Formats: sequence, structure tokens, C-alpha cells
Amino acid sequence: MTKETKKGGVINWIDERLPIFWFINKELVEYATPKNLNYMWNFGSLAGIVLVVMIGSGIFLAMHYTPHVDFAFNSVEHIMRDVNYGWLIRYMHMNGASMFFIVVYLHMLRGLYYGSYKAPRELLWILGVVILLLMMATAFMGYVLPWGQMSFWGATVITNLFSVIPFFGEAIVQWLWGGFSIDNPTLNRFFALHYLLPFLIVGVVALHLVALHMFGSNNPLGIDKKTKEDTLPFHPYYTVKDCFGLGVLVTIWGFFIFFAPNFFGEPDNYIPADPLVTPQHIVPEWYFLPFYAILRSVPNKAMGVALMFSAVFVLFVLPWLDKSPVRSGKFRPIFKYVFWVWVLACLTLGWSGAQQPEGWPLIMGRIATFCYFFYFLAALPLLSRYERPLPLPESISRPNSFPAHKVK
Amino acid sequence: MKFRSYNAIWLVCAIILGVVDKAAAEELVTIPSQAWTFNGPFGTFDKAQLQRGFQIYREVCSACHATKLLSYRNLSALGFSEAEVKAIAHKDSVPAVPNDQGEIVDRPALPSDHLHGPYANPQAARAANNGALPPDLTLMANARHGGPDYIHAYLTGYRDPPEGFKVGEGMHYNTFFHGNQTAMAPPLTDGQVTYSDGTNATVDQMAQDVAAYLMWAANPHMEERKQMGVMVTLYMIILTTLLYLTMKRIWSRVEH
Amino acid sequence: MSTRKELNPGATRRDFLVLTTTALGVVGTATLIYPFISSMNPAADVLAMATVDIDVSNIAVGQAITVMWRGKPVFIKRRTEEEIKEARDVNLSLLADPEPDAERTPYKPEWLIIIGICTHLGCVPLGQKPSDPHGQYGGWFCPCHGSQYDTSGRVRVGPAPKNLVVPPYKFINDKTVRIGSET
Repeated sequence: MTKETKKGGVINWIDERLPIFWFINKELVEYATPKNLNYMWNFGSLAGIVLVVMIGSGIFLAMHYTPHVDFAFNSVEHIMRDVNYGWLIRYMHMNGASMFFIVVYLHMLRGLYYGSYKAPRELLWILGVVILLLMMATAFMGYVLPWGQMSFWGATVITNLFSVIPFFGEAIVQWLWGGFSIDNPTLNRFFALHYLLPFLIVGVVALHLVALHMFGSNNPLGIDKKTKEDTLPFHPYYTVKDCFGLGVLVTIWGFFIFFAPNFFGEPDNYIPADPLVTPQHIVPEWYFLPFYAILRSVPNKAMGVALMFSAVFVLFVLPWLDKSPVRSGKFRPIFKYVFWVWVLACLTLGWSGAQQPEGWPLIMGRIATFCYFFYFLAALPLLSRYERPLPLPESISRPNSFPAHKVK
Repeated sequence: MKFRSYNAIWLVCAIILGVVDKAAAEELVTIPSQAWTFNGPFGTFDKAQLQRGFQIYREVCSACHATKLLSYRNLSALGFSEAEVKAIAHKDSVPAVPNDQGEIVDRPALPSDHLHGPYANPQAARAANNGALPPDLTLMANARHGGPDYIHAYLTGYRDPPEGFKVGEGMHYNTFFHGNQTAMAPPLTDGQVTYSDGTNATVDQMAQDVAAYLMWAANPHMEERKQMGVMVTLYMIILTTLLYLTMKRIWSRVEH
Repeated sequence: MSTRKELNPGATRRDFLVLTTTALGVVGTATLIYPFISSMNPAADVLAMATVDIDVSNIAVGQAITVMWRGKPVFIKRRTEEEIKEARDVNLSLLADPEPDAERTPYKPEWLIIIGICTHLGCVPLGQKPSDPHGQYGGWFCPCHGSQYDTSGRVRVGPAPKNLVVPPYKFINDKTVRIGSET
């Protein structure tokens, strides 16, 4: 009895001065979550955990890595061979990057299908796109650090793209490089920025969560929560579900670390960077392949760059392109079909990005690029206007009860 | 609804696997797979094979190819004793720190030294090899699609060029090398090396052994990694199952 | 429902499941931390007995040189007859860290090889040069806090608690000493 009051005493003492316990209780324990969330809602928490593991493993790698062109490659091998469990931490980090993008892409797919980007969650979605951009920059710079052939040449190709900027292009590229080509100044600054950006991501994730908690989670039906019967407290229902999801993620992640650690990588990156020898086949990491395909879909360099960046920027304006009042694809029969065609286009873009830009891969890549932009810029606005959605159920707790169809 | 989510995930996985597999498909000739002792989640290195492979490296390859990322002390993983490792190291010379006159003289290598390559610098290597640069082999098993299968295929893949194929000056036809012309002359011939364990030194055997050795050189922690993987996977399957059951129990309370 | 926990009437098999799962999860998380902590320990290449070979043929009797070994200064002193006698004549019971001189010079009495780091707080004691202060006992004097060492490198005046450390070494021939290995 006395123990409990003492414990309560300490907690209260802290809470009066800095309400962390009250905050945790409100946002992580009692927080009213729709009770019908499916597994597609696991990916947010999974992304957060992957971020933490990436920062942790990254810091320990940074204790042994040397960001200098003469030492970088060998320092990574030093980690792999001599540092205690260095191989484990490196493979965790390397495969974690792929896990991060798998999780985030599925998280985004959930948002796209169930209309999580619609009012009042527009800013939540936009913050998510900001996180994606920061992730892409972080991953790009991180891949340069081992200073392998693909590190060097991938960086050369992508930084060269900035030369399309009118008037200032060349100057900007030299400013990025810190020289006249990718060299030591570039490597050094990429290391500094690669260390910094994840902490910016943490900040934007915090904003992302604040925005989420303003209105609460969306749900597979896409309708707002109305009564207490529609929701469950986050703990223990979704804490345990998220733990299960984490178990599945770690099992899969572990499979890659221990049994196929180089599955997502390119053998060429085990060759030290050589500015005089270009690899036969420059390929970015798999998560950049769709954007790479869009870049190469037009023969014009400037247009290609513009299209590639537009592919991400179009996501920012998505809430204003799709004005349908119905959120979830579950009740939008035509949207559903168009959505899956768009997903197929993305997968095609991924495949096309890995091939040489000629023949069928180029043709398919072009068609898929067209589909990608058509979805956002034409299909969604048209569907908002002309699609006849299915009737929405009464509430989350009564998903099979449909009120009398209201005339629009 | 659930059906669709799972559908998507499998579709994504299939496409990713297809995308990554494309690299192998790109090779015009299929690289034959060998039955390595280190294949699979329970695979291990055959130390006797690694020692034979090391012998091939030392007696044949090290004339032109370095393995600078290895240290002599790493060779104890092959089953050599501390004294044997010292003796192996002692046979090689490495540049010492400058003496009091500022000259750099050679000294016998110590176990803590990295294996020193045959050439002082890339220019010397090219000069000795008609302009071609023999690559460092430490990571070769990771730096090529097919890994040790590729190394074995390449070493046993020298043939007479087919009708009408023009082989360049100083080049050699090889079935598996990209572009089919390689600057290295066939390095292996039957009986070239006398194995101390009595194994018959055919070209195929030597290629197998040196490929296995190079796989170890590129991945010295492979066995530890796989063993840890088995334990971690087992633990995670148990834990994830328990988490699933716990989740079902907790959710059984509510209507959903 | 439960036959075990009478005191806790709400407890059920479900709680046992939760407990087991949580326990297993905590164990796993704790195990996960171990490789990260271990990775900060000296790596294999650092641990590999780094040795340094020193040519001592040019050191005159009474002269001392300083060499680096594993990032630390090592004093190699070729002692005079008087210095050896002084060291050997010391009554061991007077020493804060008793150690016979013979044990500190396993090869030959004239060669004293010690790590030049004061055992108090790590400064490098003076005494290598003839012009340096040597303290009252003819050896080394640490300027940081006043510790004094004798001609065997043993601590005579504190605050240092221990004698200057003798590293593993071996004379591989008359002219060369290998510091860092006794074999």
C-alpha cells in the first residue's frame, strides 16, 4: 500500500512540473483509436521504430567510419572484419534502409487507398511527404559513404542533374560538390549531412504525430468516429498489435541480415570507387528505381529532371486533386480499380528503372510514367467529380448498417 | 478487404524479387551453381578446402593479385596454429617504418600486418601486365554476380573462341567474362600444385578450392552470421507467435 | 478461471501469456544491446599484439631513449654499474610497491625497459635527458604531482601508487629488442 502511494508520489511530483506521464497516458494509453484498423495501419509505428534503429546503428557505425576518400572503403571493411559485431551493425543499417522504404511505401499506399490525405488531414499528409524527401536525401548520401563504384557513380549521375537549372546550374553543382567532381569535399559533407538529416526527420515525425492526434487516425471505412463504441483505447489493443507487427518486421529484417545481407545491394559497390572506370550498369538502390525510370523516360535531360522531381511534388498537392468527399477506396468502385492500375504502374516503373533504357523497358517505362501522372492530374480530379460512390455505413461500430440513401 | 492488403504485399515482393533478379538474368550465359559447403542457412566453410584454396592463392594468384584487406592473423580461421601463422607471415616482406637514416627497408611480416600486394602501386602492376590491372581479390566473391560460382566458372571457362570471334591482342577468350575477352591468361593447369592433403589437383578442383577461399576472404564472419541467424530466427518465430496469441487474447474482449 | 493466483483474483491465463511474452521480449531487447556495447571495445586489429622492434646498438651506457609502443612512450635505459647497484641494494620493505630489480630486468641488468607513464594520473615523467630533474633517487621525476622513481623505475615518493610498468619484451638479438611480445 505504502509502495504504491510512494510511486504515485514521485510520478505526481514529476508530472506537476513536467507533465510527461499525463502526456503519455493521454496520447499513448487512452488515445481513442478506431477499433476497425487493419494491418495496413501498422506501418506508421514500424517506420518510427526503424528510424530509431537506423539512428542507433548509424551512431555506432560512425564511431569506426572515416569519411575520407583514401580511408572510407577500408574503414567500412574494418568495421566488417575487425570491429566486434561490426558486421552485424553494418548489415543492420544497410538492410534497415531497405526496410525503411518498404515500410514507408506501404504506409503511403495505405494513405492513398483509404484517403488519409483528405480533409482535415492534409497537413499530416504533407508532413509525411516532407519526411519522404528527407529520407530520400539521407539514403542517397548514405549510399555514397562506403565509397564503392556505385557510391561514386550514382552520386556523379544524380548530382550532375542539378546542372539543368538555368543560369546557375553549373555553379550549383560545383557548390554541391565542393569541387569540380565528386571527391573528398563531397564525401566529407555528405557524411556530416547524413548524420544530421535523421534528426531533422525525428523533428518532422514529431510534427506528423501532433497533426495526427489533432483529429485521430483514419480507418478502413473512411468515416469519422462518432461515439465511444467506435473506438478503443490505444493501449493495450494497438500497442500489442503494433508489437506483433514489429515481431513480423524484425523476423523479416533478420532474415535479410543473417541469410541474404547483400540481397538489396549491388555487387559493384564492393569495388573501391574509381573515377576512371564507369560500371557497365549504373543502378540506384531499388527504392529509387521508379524515380530513375521517370527521369529516363524522356530524352530531354531538363524535362527528365523536372518530371522526376514532379513525381514527388505532385504528392504535396494530392489533397487538392482528389476532392471526393468519400475517403476510403472501399466505397469508390472505379477509384479502386484505377488505384490498383496506378500501383501496377509504380511497380512497372521500378522494373523499368533497373533495365537499360532501351527497347521494351523504355516503352513500358514511358507508359507507366504517363499512368503515374495521369492518376494524380487527371483520374483523381475526374473521379472526384463524376464517380458515384457506394453508400457509406452508419458508423464504425455499425459497419453493416446503411442509413437511407440520401439524395445528393 | 484483408485479401486485398495481402495481395498488394505479395505483388510488391514478387516485383522486387523480379527487379533484383534481373541482374542475374542479364548475364547472357547462366553461371553453373556449385554445391558449396557454405550454401544455405546452415552452411559452413570446409577448413581443409580453405587451406587448399589459400595454397592456390599463394602459389598461383599472389604473383599478380593482392588481398590487402586480409591480415595474416585472419588465417588462423583456416585452422592454422599461431606458430604456423607466424611462419606464413615471416615468409613475406613488408616495408618497415623509416629507419634512423630515413630509409624504408623491408622487414619480415608479422601476423598483425595486412597481406602486402605484389606491386608497389597500380602503375607498377599495369607495367608488369600489359596495361591491365590485376584487381585485389579480397572482396571478389562479393563484387561479382554469382560470387564464388562466378569465380569458379571464370577460372574453368577458358575455351577456344568460337568461329568468327576475333580475340584482341594479348586477350583470351572466356565463356563467362563480360564481353568474353579477358586479359588474364588461363592461370590453372592440371597438377600445377601439389596439395599437402593429397587431393588431386585438377583445374576444376583448384578452381573450387580457391573460389571457396575467396568466399571466406570476402566474408570471414559468414559462419558466425548464419549461426546467429538461426538462433535469432527461432527466437523471433517463438516471440512473434506469442505476440500473436497475446494480441488475440486481448482483442477477444471486444467486439470487432 | 485461475488456480494459481488466489491473491490476484483478476489474473487469468491471459496474464500468464502476457507475462511470458513480455519477459521474452525484454530478454531479446537486452540481448540486442550487447553487440552495440561490445563494438566499442578495442577492435581485432587493435588487439592484435602490436609490437615494435627497436635497434638499441647505438645507445651508450648511461643513455636513455624514448620510443612509442601502442601509443605510449617507452623508456629504454642502458644503466651504468652504479645505477644497477643502487637499484639492487634497495631494501624491498621500504618500497610502496615492492619488486626486486632483477624481476624488472629479465634480459640483462643493464637494460631497463619501462612504460613512461606515471602510475598516478598518466603524465610522462622527466628523467630521460641528463639535464632533466631525476628526483632524489636518480631515476625519474614526475612534474605533475611530484612522484619520484628510482633507477629501477620503482616509485619512491608518491602520490603514484605503483612502479612504472614493465611491458612484455624480448631481445631478438643483441642489437634489437621487440617490445610487445615475450615470445
